[in-house]
Amino acid sequence: MTASQMPLLSAQDLARTYSIRRGMAGRVTNVRAVDGVTLTIARGETLGLVGESGCGKSTTARLVLGIERPDEGQVRFDGAPMPGSGSPGWAALRKRMQLVFQDPLSALDRRLPVGLQIREPLEIHRMGTPAEQNARVAEVMEEVGLQPHHADRHPHALSGGQRQRAVIARALVTQPDLLVCDEPISALDVSIQAQVMNLLVELQERLGMGMLFVSHDLRAVRQISHRVAVMYLGRIVEEGAPDEILHAPAHPYSQALVSAIPHPGKTARRIVLQGDPPNPADRPPGCAFHPRCPVTAMRCRTETPLLKPRPSDGRRVACHVAQGEVAPGHVGQLELS
Amino acid sequence: MAFVQIRDMSVAFGSAPALRGISLSVERGEALGLVGESGCGKSITWLAALGLLPRSAKVGGSVLLDGVELIGASPSVLEPVRGGRIAMIFQDPASSLNPVHRIGHQIAEALALHRGLTGAPARAEVIRLLDQVGIPDAKTRANAYPHELSGGQNQRVMIAMALAGEPELLVADEPTTALDVTIQAQILDLLGTIRRDTGMGLVLISHDLGVVSETCSRIAVMYAGRIVEQAESAAIFANPSHPYTRGLLGAMPPISGPRQKLVSIPGSVPEASRMPQGCAFAPRCSEAIADCTRVDPAAVTVEANHLAACIRATPAKTGTRTPERVLA
Repeated sequence: MTASQMPLLSAQDLARTYSIRRGMAGRVTNVRAVDGVTLTIARGETLGLVGESGCGKSTTARLVLGIERPDEGQVRFDGAPMPGSGSPGWAALRKRMQLVFQDPLSALDRRLPVGLQIREPLEIHRMGTPAEQNARVAEVMEEVGLQPHHADRHPHALSGGQRQRAVIARALVTQPDLLVCDEPISALDVSIQAQVMNLLVELQERLGMGMLFVSHDLRAVRQISHRVAVMYLGRIVEEGAPDEILHAPAHPYSQALVSAIPHPGKTARRIVLQGDPPNPADRPPGCAFHPRCPVTAMRCRTETPLLKPRPSDGRRVACHVAQGEVAPGHVGQLELS
Repeated sequence: MAFVQIRDMSVAFGSAPALRGISLSVERGEALGLVGESGCGKSITWLAALGLLPRSAKVGGSVLLDGVELIGASPSVLEPVRGGRIAMIFQDPASSLNPVHRIGHQIAEALALHRGLTGAPARAEVIRLLDQVGIPDAKTRANAYPHELSGGQNQRVMIAMALAGEPELLVADEPTTALDVTIQAQILDLLGTIRRDTGMGLVLISHDLGVVSETCSRIAVMYAGRIVEQAESAAIFANPSHPYTRGLLGAMPPISGPRQKLVSIPGSVPEASRMPQGCAFAPRCSEAIADCTRVDPAAVTVEANHLAACIRATPAKTGTRTPERVLA
């Protein structure tokens, strides 16, 4: 494999378990938040990671950035193993991989003008002379669509969209190779969401970064990503091109997610999943989705399906039924509204 | 006559206007969607109608419920309305429920208040309501505390509590915003079922045009304390006549077709204390002309049952198209 073919980021069989205590005198339970996640991101590629709360998508984001160390598996960045969190090697890498959070107001320091905050990564990583730093801050602010006078404003004096632009500018100021966005638009108003989505697509194309876009919103993921991975309870259950997943989802969970997208003039019947989102502390055996799955077969209750290409068309899906290994179970449970 | 008739309602906090003249009606049993971004006044409209705003709010205009005026009405008029004839549920069920009381007890409180039920009949009704909103094993679950239930189940409990007063109209304020996508589908489905079973009317307040379009037959779009467009759902999507509505539709990523740049609305919502001259949307509007910053446009009829408050909206020639009710 030549350097240009080597993925920017590759994560192999990542697993992360947390210990929690239930109640004041409760026993300690192990929660496997991420359970065997493998993913790669190439330079110039955006991978969308979609799933519901508690599915482990944010933990996956922290693992690939090395903010948390996986209990199992390995992350490689630019061909080399990720150094441990807090080590000098990791600190040096951090300027090449940056993170954008959901809520811009809590990601920014309310007491400092945003210009200083955008500049801070350059100071931390000792990049350039003060004059060069000034020039870089001005440049990146223009790139994200902020006016020069915004530099002197405090976060509360900016609108929601401007704040998220400032957060993105701060992440981009060091010219990172990888940008991880964790629900970057969910806290924003609808009209502002479109602005930020356009900005992310445009910046990614222009700067050629790799991007991991974490979201619960399949519409937004389609708009931004080149490839989509659907997560359920700590595992990737399906992976493919955005339109493949949206128009012909293979995994029953992806099918339910797609059919739950509210859509003007929608005529197709909606698959309403039974039951609550699963509790990672109480992971069902076999396929974790089987208690809510409309096509559960006997084998799904005992054997965890692996993510692998489907024989018919090569779609990567972790489902015994979609793989054609077992016949669909009781379809009677499928409730259409 | 409409069940609820709101005429020229205004609300101001100090010198900052939150609502700037709203006229809206809800028919008996109708499902109306109220759409807009944060701060546009979509929640304030209903809090003001039910007299639930703090005293510092200056409320003007008129809200008639079955012909009875609610604005400035005495508590003896308002109390049977709140939760009795018009019930409300909110975005975050966990903060609307009392964490130290069992959910059955909280629903029973509403039953005692609105229907005078106590003891065994109340207990039976609590279980029937929990059953109706799809809580499995209602008898046992009635003894649970809110923290023992998931967000979706807590929202079901809130709906059960709202149904306790047998309301004629349910105002649901972003009821699914805090919930996961698959749970949102369950709750919208439940609201539809309840409406079919009871004939209850629904006002669904949401920032998401998609959510509203699936649930409601008519939609009102709000911007900066005004209703800028209202029409049947199908007409809003087929023939959006206010540039803001078109902007909201363009801002929604499509689920099929080529992926291209979204048509986003530049800038952001004006602050109430710095409302622009003329049309409040003009500074962000790509179609604005000189007059837009001088005249605050009144709603014009673009076609039957379709109003838009834009000076560039022109009435359609009559008979060119009939609004179909595909989303009823």
